[in-house]
Amino acid sequence: MEQPALLEMRGITKEFPGVKALDGVNLTVRAGTVHALMGENGAGKSTLMKCLFGIYSRDGGTITLDGKEVNFKSAKEALENGVAMVHQELNQALTRSVQDNLWLGRYPKVGGLMVSERIMAQRTKEIFEQLEVNVNPKTIMSTMPVSQRQMVEIAKAVSYDAKIVVFDEPTSSLTESEVEHLFRIINMLRDKGCGIIYISHKMEEILRISDDVTIMRDGTWVATRPAKELTMDEIIKLMVGRELTNRFPAKTNEPGEVILDVENLSGKYTRLKEASFHLRKGEILGIAGLDGSGRTEVLENLFGVMTKESGTIKLHGKEIKNRTPRESIKNGFALLTEERRATGIFGIRDIKENTVISNLKSYLLGGICLSDKKMKEDTDWAIQAMHIKTPSQSTQIRSLSGGNQQKVIIGRWLLTKPEVLLLDEPTRGIDVGAKYEIYQLIIDLANQGKGIIMVSSEMPELLGVCDRILVMSGGRLAGEVDARNTSQEEILTLAAKYV
Amino acid sequence: MSQESKALAEKAQKLSGKQVGDLLMNNMLVIIMIVAAIAIAIYRPAFVSASSIINIISLTAAYLPAALGIAGCIVLTGTDLSAGRAVGLTACVSASLLQTVTASNKMWPGIGTLPIPVVIIIAMGIGALVGAFNGFFVGKFKLHPFIVTLGTQLILYTLLLLYVQQGNNGGGTIGSLDESYTNFVRAPLFSIPAGNGGSIPIPCYVLYSILLAVIMWFIWNKTTFGKNMFALGSNEEAARVSGVNVLVTTIMVFALAGAMYGWTGFIEGARVAANNANTGLNYELDAIAACVIGGVSFVGGIGKISGIIIGVIMLRLIFVGLTFAGIDQNYQYLIKGAIILFACALDMRKYLAKK
Repeated sequence: MEQPALLEMRGITKEFPGVKALDGVNLTVRAGTVHALMGENGAGKSTLMKCLFGIYSRDGGTITLDGKEVNFKSAKEALENGVAMVHQELNQALTRSVQDNLWLGRYPKVGGLMVSERIMAQRTKEIFEQLEVNVNPKTIMSTMPVSQRQMVEIAKAVSYDAKIVVFDEPTSSLTESEVEHLFRIINMLRDKGCGIIYISHKMEEILRISDDVTIMRDGTWVATRPAKELTMDEIIKLMVGRELTNRFPAKTNEPGEVILDVENLSGKYTRLKEASFHLRKGEILGIAGLDGSGRTEVLENLFGVMTKESGTIKLHGKEIKNRTPRESIKNGFALLTEERRATGIFGIRDIKENTVISNLKSYLLGGICLSDKKMKEDTDWAIQAMHIKTPSQSTQIRSLSGGNQQKVIIGRWLLTKPEVLLLDEPTRGIDVGAKYEIYQLIIDLANQGKGIIMVSSEMPELLGVCDRILVMSGGRLAGEVDARNTSQEEILTLAAKYV
Repeated sequence: MSQESKALAEKAQKLSGKQVGDLLMNNMLVIIMIVAAIAIAIYRPAFVSASSIINIISLTAAYLPAALGIAGCIVLTGTDLSAGRAVGLTACVSASLLQTVTASNKMWPGIGTLPIPVVIIIAMGIGALVGAFNGFFVGKFKLHPFIVTLGTQLILYTLLLLYVQQGNNGGGTIGSLDESYTNFVRAPLFSIPAGNGGSIPIPCYVLYSILLAVIMWFIWNKTTFGKNMFALGSNEEAARVSGVNVLVTTIMVFALAGAMYGWTGFIEGARVAANNANTGLNYELDAIAACVIGGVSFVGGIGKISGIIIGVIMLRLIFVGLTFAGIDQNYQYLIKGAIILFACALDMRKYLAKK
C-alpha cells in the first residue's frame, strides 16, 4: 500500500555567498514511514533541514505539508505546525529540571500569568509513560546521563504531537539497549501515522529502521529508493559518487620492540580501573568498547589530562609520570582529542597558528622572538605532508572541512616529534572519502616507527587499521584481540563483559 | 517549604563524609561570615543590640531591591554596571519632584509637590527605560552586557550631572524634601522598645522591600517570564529553538532590573535625603557582590531569591561588623574585594567537573 505524501519539499535551493549549498533538492516523506536522509558531511542534509525549519530562508523551491504550502519563519512556527526536530547537539537548559525543559516555550498557565507545575508534571508523566521513559520530571538536567537527556529531547518532540519528526544522528550517544528503545519509539510514531526523517551515518541502523532512503551529495539530490532495495555498498557508492573498493589502505607497518609499558593505570575521578597494556614501535593499537566504557579515559589518563589514581608508565623501560599534558608532551606523547571542535582546533585562528601552537619554543630566536619564517616553513611542511587542502596558511581553520582540520591537528602533533601518538576518534565527523586519507596517514606514521594508540567507536575501522585491539568494558580492560583473527562479534562479547 | 525541608532531611541521611565536606565548602562563605559575626558580637556586645540589628535590617532592606534586579542580569550570564548611576539619577529625580513648596532653592518651583505614586511611576519608569535600553543592545546586537552597561553607566552620569544643574538647583544637593515623601519612606512601621527606655523604629521601606522580594519570588518561580529567563541563562540556543522570544525576554529582564534601580532611587532619595551627582555611586558593586555571595552564579541559569536576601544580609552584616570591630574604613574595600573573589571561586568549584 502506498501511503500518501505528508511532507513534500520540491526544488529546494539555497545559496550562500560563493557556494550553492542546495541545488533543487527534493524530499518526499510519506505518512507512517521512516525516511532516511543520507550523505557525507557537507552534502547539505542539515542545510535542507534548516530550510524546512525556517532557520535559513531558502532561495527557491516549495514545501508542502499535508497538501498545504507552508513557509515557516522559525523553529517555533514549525513546531506549532507539527514539525519537530530532535537535535544532534543537545540543546537543553542544563540547570533546569526535565519538565521545565520539556515545556519550555509553551508552559501551561493558570490565571493567564502563573505557570502550573502540577499540570506540567502530570503531562510529563503521561508522555513518559507512553514512551516507557523512566525519568523523574523534577530531576535537574545536568545530573542525568546524556542518553537520558536525549530521551527527554525525543519526548519533547513527541509532546508537540508532531506529524513530522526529524531525528538528527539520534544514536550517537546511546548504548545498544537504548538504541532498541529509540527504535521502539520510532516504530510507535510510525504506527501513529507520523512521517519520520532520520539522519544518520550508521548504515546498519538505516537499513534496519527506514522505509525510504534519500541520498544527497554536494548539495544535490542523488537518489530516493526503498530501503529494501539498497545495500550498504550501493549507499556508499551513491554517497561518494564513485565506488569505494577499498575502505582501508593496505597495512604495511611492522610492529617492532616494546616501547611503552603501562601497568595498573587507574583514574582518580574516572571509572578507569587498573588497565595494563603495552605498545610496540610501529604498532597501531586499537581501543574498542561501548560509549562510557573508559576508552577515552585510557588516553586522557595516560596523557595527564585526567588525574591518575595509580599506575606506572614506562617508556623504553624508564618510568615516567605524565602528570600534566605539558609533561607528557616533553616525554614524547601527543593526543588528538575526541571532540575536535571543542578541544582540538582554535576555530577563529589561522592554519599556521593551529599548526605551530604545540611547538612554539622551537621557533624562538634568541629565546625571545618567534621566527615567522620557521613557523611558515613548518606549516608548509604540514600542509604538504598531510595533504591539507587549504587556500592559504592564513585561512581560519574553522572554514576547512572536518578531514582537513583533523590533518592540521595531526600535523601540529607531528611537529613535536612524538614517539607515542594517542588518537581519540581520529575520523569522527569526517567524510567517507577523507577517512581513507586519515587511515593512510596513520599507517604511514606507524611505518615511520611511531607507536599509535587509537580509540574508535567504529568497529570496522579498528579491524581495518589496527594490529591489536584492546577492548574496554565498564572501565576495565576486558581483553585483547589480534585484529587479523577476530570478529565484530568477539569484540562485542568482550565489550559487554563488565557492563 | 515543607517539601524543601523534607528533601533536605532526606539528603542529610544520605550524606557521606565527602558530601559533608562538599556541603561545608559550598557554604563556606556564609559559615565564615557567621563565625565572624559571632566573634565580633563577643568582642563588642553592642553589635547584637536591638538598635544594631535593626540597623542591619534597614540597610539590608535599602540595598535589597537593586540586588534583586541585578540578579536577573546575572542569571542571563550578564551583569549591569549602570545600576549605581540609574539609582543616582532616579534618586535625584524623585527628590527634585518631592521638595517642599517652601524650599528656598526648590529645583522646580512651578510644580508644587507631586503625589507620591506619580513619582514612583516616574522613577521606576526611568529605571525601566534605562534597563530596556541595555537589554535591547544586549539582545539585539549580542553585545556583552559588561560593555553595554559600561556605556550606559557613563551616559547616565552625564544625564545625572546635567540634571542636577537644572532649574534652581545649580548643581547643589537636592534636599528640603516634602514630609509626605520622607514619611512614606522613613516613618516608623512600628517601634521596638530599647533597653534604655527609648524605642527604636523600623522604617517603612523595610516592609516595601519584603513585598518586593515576594513579588520577585513570584515572577522568578511562577511565571512564564521567570522560567524563560532561567532557560535563557542556562542555554540561549535551547530557549530559542523552543520558541522563547530571546530578545523580548532579555529586554524584560534588564527593564525589570532597571525598575528595581528606579525603586531603589526613590527610596534612597528620602532615606539619604541629600541627593547629588554622587548618589548611588558603586551601588552595582555591592549588589553584584551580594548576588554572588548568595549563590547567583555567573555560569548562568542559577539563582534563588532567598540566596540574594542572604547575600545582602551577609554583606551588610560584615560591613557593620567591621565598623563595630573598629577596623579602619580603608580596609573595607580590601575585604569586599576578597569576599567577591572568594565567593566566585567557591561558586565555580561547584560547576567544574573533576577530571
